[in-house]
Order: sequence, then structure tokens, then C-alpha cells
Amino acid sequence: MGDGIYVKGLEAWFGDARILKGVDLTVAPNAVTAIIGPSGCGKSTFIRCLNRMHETVPGARVSGQVLLNNEDLYAPGVDPVQVRRRIGMVFQKPNPFPTMSVFDNVAAGLRLAGVRRRSRLQEEVERALRHAALWDEVKDDLDKSGVSLSGGQQQRLCIARALAVDPQVLLMDEPCSALDPIATARIEELIHDLKKELTIAIVTHNMQQAARVSEWTGFFLLGELVEFGVTKEIFTTPRDQRTEDYITGRFG
Amino acid sequence: MSARVRRLIDTAVGVVTFAAAILAICPLLLILGFLLYQGVSAINLDFFLHLPKPVGEAGGGVANAIVGSLIMIGLAGAAGLPIGILGGVYLAESRDRRLPWLLRFVADVLNGVPSIVFGIFAYTVLVIPMRRFSAFAGGLALGLIMIPIVLRTTEEMVRLVPNALREAGLGLGIPQWKVSLRIVIPAARAGIITGVMVAVARIAGETAPLLFTALGNRFWHQGLDQPIAALPLQIYAYAIAPYDDWHRQAWAGALVLIALVFLASLAARLATRGRTVAR
Repeated sequence: MGDGIYVKGLEAWFGDARILKGVDLTVAPNAVTAIIGPSGCGKSTFIRCLNRMHETVPGARVSGQVLLNNEDLYAPGVDPVQVRRRIGMVFQKPNPFPTMSVFDNVAAGLRLAGVRRRSRLQEEVERALRHAALWDEVKDDLDKSGVSLSGGQQQRLCIARALAVDPQVLLMDEPCSALDPIATARIEELIHDLKKELTIAIVTHNMQQAARVSEWTGFFLLGELVEFGVTKEIFTTPRDQRTEDYITGRFG
Repeated sequence: MSARVRRLIDTAVGVVTFAAAILAICPLLLILGFLLYQGVSAINLDFFLHLPKPVGEAGGGVANAIVGSLIMIGLAGAAGLPIGILGGVYLAESRDRRLPWLLRFVADVLNGVPSIVFGIFAYTVLVIPMRRFSAFAGGLALGLIMIPIVLRTTEEMVRLVPNALREAGLGLGIPQWKVSLRIVIPAARAGIITGVMVAVARIAGETAPLLFTALGNRFWHQGLDQPIAALPLQIYAYAIAPYDDWHRQAWAGALVLIALVFLASLAARLATRGRTVAR
């Protein structure tokens, strides 16, 4: 089962630049929450704060609360490595490990966490690849290099790699922006299936995609959450003029 | 500017750069050709398998020098490679700014230090206290020369690894140190090995720092704490001697030295073909 994430007063900086200016938002469990907004509005920064990836960049800082299961992920003493095991991430460009085979890519998270038993690894790799709807395409090529797959397959490989460590939440940062429409459709289908088992937050530039895959949508502008609500309502009856301008294509 | 003038300039620049490129490799080809011409006649199986003969006797080889060079390159690598490679990874992966800047500066200075200075250092810290010349001292001098070269090339190569790979690892909940060692280094492996080969080629030919550390030896090596032969030392000794026979052997030794370095580089290249991030 997935867990929800409750964000309270989240602020993020790069050096002196305040990228997020106090965001309150709830990522509902076992649902898809889409984050939309023009380039530079802070939507990528926002989801990178949810699994403490933001702070890996030199000069980056975060304040505010991010609660997963009522536990503050930014409380003192919380290990960011443990946070990232519970909240997985898929990036904009497919980034399989180039020196590893398909199998090793998916097994990487478990192996580097100390799992050694071959049978356990095989089981988990197959489970993750089936989950990512990639098993049938690669089951005979598990020893091939991860980068030999097509772009869409590589992105599903990255999803399988994230799923293999069994996270409760999956963050996706524009996962389809480097893919063609067919590969995009497959990923969207996959997102639809995955939300039965975990919670998903997806950043997207593509408003049709947000409308297709998500239950909830948040619209970001200049580091602020302008509007948040049920996706259907955001796209049909937005309350804020700026949201309406954006979704009707008047800017951005 | 008319199209004709532009085309003329275009052609002229092409010709000039081409000529410069040819001129640049000319000395190299001449040296190689001259080495082959002078050295090949003295090369035979004995040259690789036998000890040097006393003055006046024909024949003999440099087998002890080849073995000695390999031993000292091995010692230098054992001392210098772990430090150079791991230090390079630190320079590239550290989020700190000031300390890496300082280390980089020091490494660049060391890269420019004449190799004989490293020899004096090894002489002072090993040869004097031990009261004898040794393979250890030679290995230390060569290892110190390797470190800054390997450090800087490793850093450059690790920097080339796309950040997306680090983020992929961190995003999986893999600790930073494991991301660096298990994901970043393998991705930069081919480049790192190229850097190592450059360093090996450099130290394989070093003579000055060995003159008063390894000293040289006309016999098989008698232990790592004893004076030991090395190809460059042997070449030097033969080249300044007044015997034609030794001159020929010096040429042959130089040819063998270059061939060894060439073969090592080639082997490293072949072993690391593909499997790199520079796609």
C-alpha cells in the first residue's frame, strides 16, 4: 500500500534564491498527483524536496515539513538515504547505469543495500520488471546492457529499478518528456496500474497528460502553489484566473 | 567578403592546419624510425633472456633490466594508483570547494616538478636511512611522480560522468560513498585506465630519479631492498659507454622500452573497449 505525503510550509533555496515560497499540499495515498506549471516555477524542485534529493545539490536548502505516515522527513536524525528507499524517483531522461546489464540495473538498489542471495534477487528483479510492464520484452535479454534498450524501454527499466526496492511512493519528474507518443502511452498505462500499490506524484509539462493520469493536480507559478484540487475541477472550473490562463494556453 | 575570397581563406586554413598536424607527428615518426633502424639489429632472443655480458664479450641481454623496470613500475603502481585514483574521485565528487581547489593547485605544481626532485626526496627518506639503494626507493620516486598525473586525469574522467547517474543512484537510496565507488568509478573506468597508462608510460621512461634510488644492477634482482636494474638506467649506462656494441644495445633497449609501453597501452585500450559513458 502507498502512503500519503503531507507538505506544510515547504520552502526551498538555491543559495540566496528562494525557489519555493511556502507550499502546503497533500499527496493522496494510492492516487496520482500531478504537478503542472511553466518552466522554472519550482515544480521539479518541489518533488525533489519530497525525497530529500534537493539537498544533494551544493548550496541547496530546505525548510518546512514533509510528513510521510505522520513522520517528518526533515526532522533531525532522519537519514536521507532511508527516506529515498521509501520514496523512489524516476527522472526526466532515462538514466540506466551504463556499465550494468538489464538485470543488474534492476538489482542495483537491492545489491547495494546488501542483498546477496541470488534467488531473492532473481525473484525481485522479475517482480519489478513485470510491474514495470517490461518483463515480456526483456526476459530473454537480461544480460544485455541496460543502455541497449530503446528510450521507452530504458525509462520503464528505470521505473523497474525504482520499484525493486519496494518504495511506498514514486516520484516522477517529467518521465515522458524524452519519449515518443507510443512510449508515453505505455508509461501512462503503467502509472494507472501502479497506483493500486503505491502513491505517485508526477511533474509534467504536458497538461493533457496531467488530465489523463492524475486524480489531483497542483498548479505552480513562480514558486507558489496557485491552486490545488481534483484534476477534473482544475481543468474545467479553475478558481484562480492564473490557472485558467495557463491551462487555456495564454502563457507558459 | 565575396564567396571566392571566403573559399580561398577556407582552403588556406585547411592547408595550414594540415601541414601543422603533419609537422607535429614528424619528429615522432623520425624517432621511431631511427630507433627501429638502429635498434633492431641488436634485438634477438638472448636480448630478452640473458644478463649483460662483461665488457669485451659480445652478446648478452637486458633481461634483468626489463624485470627490474617491471618490478619498480609495480611498486610505484601499488603505492601511487590507490592514492591517485581515490584522491581524484574525491576532487571530482566533493561538494566542498576550497580544499579541492588547493589540492588541484598542488597537484598541478607537482606535475610540473622535474622528476629528479622526486628522486632526491626518495633518496632522503629511504636511501639515507636504509643506507643502501633499493627497488623500494626507486618505486617510491616513481610512485610519487604517478600520483599527480593519475589524480588529475581521474578527476577529469569522473567529472565527465553525467550527474544523472549520480542522481539515479542517490534516488534509489544508495549512500553517496557507494554511488561514487560502485556507479561513478565503473562508468569512468575506461578514462581512468587511460590516465593510468599515461602515468605508467611516463614513469617507465624516467631515468633521473632512478640514478640515486635504484642505482642499477648488472645482475638479477636480489630483493626489493637491494639496488635493482631498470631499462632506462641500462640504456643510459650503455649509451655513455665508449663501446659500439653497447651503443647498439642502448638503441635496442630504447626500442624495447617503447614497445613495452605501446603494448601495455594497447592492452588497456582493448580491455576497456566499450563500457563507457562517453557514448
